Amino acid sequence: MRPISRVMIALAALALLVLLTVPIWRIDLAAPQYPEGLYLQIYADRFEGDVDKINGLNHYIGMAHIKNEMFKEFIYLPRIIMVLAALGLVAAAWGRRILLFLGLVTLSLFGLWALWRMWDWGYEYGHNLDPRAAIKIEDQAYQPPLIGHKQLLNFDAWSTPDTGGWILFGVMALLAGVYFMEIRDMRRRSRAVRET
Amino acid sequence: MNKSFKITGIVIGFSAMAFLMMNSPGCRPGTTRTAVTGDAASRVYVAPGTHDEFYNFVSGGFSGQLAIYGLPSGRLLREVPVFSVDPESGYGFSEETKPMLTTSHGFIPWDDSHHPELSMTNAVPDGRWCFINGNNTPRIALIDLGTFRTHSMIEIPHSAGNHSSPFATPNTEYVVAGTRFSVPVGSEAERDVPINTYKENFKGSVSFIKPEPETGKMSIAFQILTPPVNFDLARTGKGASDGWFFFSCYNTEKAYSLLEVNASQRDKDFIMAVNWKLAEQLAKEGKGKRAPGKHYSNWLNEHTHTVESTIYEDVLQLDYREHPGLLYFMPCPKSPHGCDVNPTGEYIVGSGKLAALLPVFSFKKIQEAIASKDFEGDFVGIPVLKYESVLHGEVKKPGLGPLHTEFDANGNAYTSFFVSSEIVKWNVEKLEVLDRVPTYYSIGHLMVPGGNSAKPWGKYVVAYNKITKDRYLPTGPELTQSAQLYSIDGDKMELLLDFPTTGEPHYAQAAPADLIKPREVKFFRIEDNHHPWVAKGEKESGIERRGRNVHIKMTTIRSHFTPDNVEGVQLGDTVYFHVTNLEQDWDVPHGFAIKGAANAELLIMPGETATLKWVPTKVGVVPFYCTDFCSALHQEMQGYLRVSPRGSSVPLKAYTVSVDAEL
Ligand SMILES: [Cu+2]
Repeated sequence: MRPISRVMIALAALALLVLLTVPIWRIDLAAPQYPEGLYLQIYADRFEGDVDKINGLNHYIGMAHIKNEMFKEFIYLPRIIMVLAALGLVAAAWGRRILLFLGLVTLSLFGLWALWRMWDWGYEYGHNLDPRAAIKIEDQAYQPPLIGHKQLLNFDAWSTPDTGGWILFGVMALLAGVYFMEIRDMRRRSRAVRET
Repeated sequence: MNKSFKITGIVIGFSAMAFLMMNSPGCRPGTTRTAVTGDAASRVYVAPGTHDEFYNFVSGGFSGQLAIYGLPSGRLLREVPVFSVDPESGYGFSEETKPMLTTSHGFIPWDDSHHPELSMTNAVPDGRWCFINGNNTPRIALIDLGTFRTHSMIEIPHSAGNHSSPFATPNTEYVVAGTRFSVPVGSEAERDVPINTYKENFKGSVSFIKPEPETGKMSIAFQILTPPVNFDLARTGKGASDGWFFFSCYNTEKAYSLLEVNASQRDKDFIMAVNWKLAEQLAKEGKGKRAPGKHYSNWLNEHTHTVESTIYEDVLQLDYREHPGLLYFMPCPKSPHGCDVNPTGEYIVGSGKLAALLPVFSFKKIQEAIASKDFEGDFVGIPVLKYESVLHGEVKKPGLGPLHTEFDANGNAYTSFFVSSEIVKWNVEKLEVLDRVPTYYSIGHLMVPGGNSAKPWGKYVVAYNKITKDRYLPTGPELTQSAQLYSIDGDKMELLLDFPTTGEPHYAQAAPADLIKPREVKFFRIEDNHHPWVAKGEKESGIERRGRNVHIKMTTIRSHFTPDNVEGVQLGDTVYFHVTNLEQDWDVPHGFAIKGAANAELLIMPGETATLKWVPTKVGVVPFYCTDFCSALHQEMQGYLRVSPRGSSVPLKAYTVSVDAEL
């Protein structure tokens, strides 16, 4: 691989480490009586934001209380990120194109897995309601949107990537770009070999 | 036939004439409807979802409270309980707040509040605190503008009728309290004297109260004893006159009966100038004497949500006769009421309420007269400066019954005239009357936002009227009080709005909303709650018997009390409900009310603990419930307490039964 590609891969690997300190995903809620809005931020290892307030509201409709301890993900997600970053650094050091390809695939799988976990949690959270809840609405589930907007009773809910999410997308785009350049390089070189 | 036609014609003719006369302007005295300009409505309209530009802090007078309005809308935002108890919030009824209203006379649940004063930095309101005086049982209160709660209160000994208070020095080093009534002070024998020995035995006093900058706790730094006159109002010197204080005084006749006549005899009374920097220095050097004078200083500890009282047995007094240079008198025509200092601090306006002119004194001339001992004599040992020597000039024929003056940032003054019921705008430097507008009716105080400070915000002047008559829909013999908002942006003052006020408004102050809004306290952090009976979670709730007292640690959260069933209380017990509101969100107070409560309810803010004392009077089961509509299940927020006869064997317990246990 070209030296510039290796530098880019190293940078991408280091950028992944930023995910350990910044919010990755964000859920915003708005209702008339909450003019200041409510929000929830998902970090690699915890929730932040108006967790208590959201829990307070959700107990009327029988949703479970959100607690950090509920998620095993918060324990191994930081480790996965560190492993991915380490793999990236190894790929940069070694300089084999196959490693770059594997890294891209792993990262994509990781992203898909993370989205699936979120959807799964959202489904569980929105459907598994306490039968003794004060407010019960026939066939109403409260699954938050995976990405984008959704109306949940009197609340408008938005789900969007936060800083970490954008970094993750950026890293994937960067690696894809590097991979594309490398493939083009390889084609050019093999064409040059054929022509000579 | 013909005749009756004629008569009918004459009757119709007269009726038509009368009708035309009644509806044509000029045939009857005009009303204000003609005085309001076309776009007044749009200039006071604050659209839904938007905020007023100014907070207006208005004294409640005999309500004892402080009312807060938005300007320019004139909408009442809140009434802060200060000197009077408030069953709505439990102020003065909860165990935590009772000490706030405790004095050396015992628990005093009301007062007559007159003059709000915003705390200042560099002679400009800083939006931190609002002070207000209790006129009747001399006290000064400090209201925190983050919580809009009465945060501390101090009693003033040797004072009677705390009227010329509380006015703050440029950096709120002190707020002053001058007595309206002079009274005999000292030992019991010195106080028990015939009233007709007024001249020999009665004393006036002005007190300098120090609020601690960090905590807002107040104490009396020193008190200056004065001759027996009545102090009316006061203002701090600032800028040019920094370090001085000015008090208007009347009754220099030293009358003690029928003051209406006897105290209106002299052609001139006085404005007293106090060199407070000198007084401060004398006090620091230990030149004062500690005189007996028991008084309370009460302070709200925000960590325990409980008021603490400090009892002082004496007060540091300075005797003007021992310290020449401390006090001077300036003659001021006929019973001066307001005594107001312009933004630069150079001019002092005295408003003799029986005078037909308005004298303006020059601080520079006062200093020159003091330096050259340009005195016309002395009054009970205090040098009296020569009127002509200290006068900047007089505003001639300004109106009748001048009371108070406020200023704008452009060198103009606005004076209220009670008798001629108007506001008069005049230029301070040139002493020229520029404009006048009628007020409806008989204005007392007036207020320009920042109009007593070094940097007035201007824009409006508000009249606080003494008479309402026909301005609103009638409500029987007792009418609402009334304020009026005028624009002072242009050359001419323009009436924009009438708005009703609570109690009786005396003085008021206003500050831009942007100065106050950022201080907003939305709730109290439960982690910071160190109330001795706090329950920081439902698991910490419980019940305890201490002799005949039963203490219940109770929590509230949408939408239940924990515990909500109590048994084992007996007749003859006193029950204390210590209720902690566990909510940690904006605008979620819970209420607590129990049947037969002889005091009040509680309104508990998020993160706060409040205590209601309750004495059962009958055997049976008594309900309690939340009074503040807190959630969709507010009406379910309730509980029961069982009262058994004295000596009953029912064990004391407090519990909550969940649906699982009942199934
Ligand atoms: Cu409630």
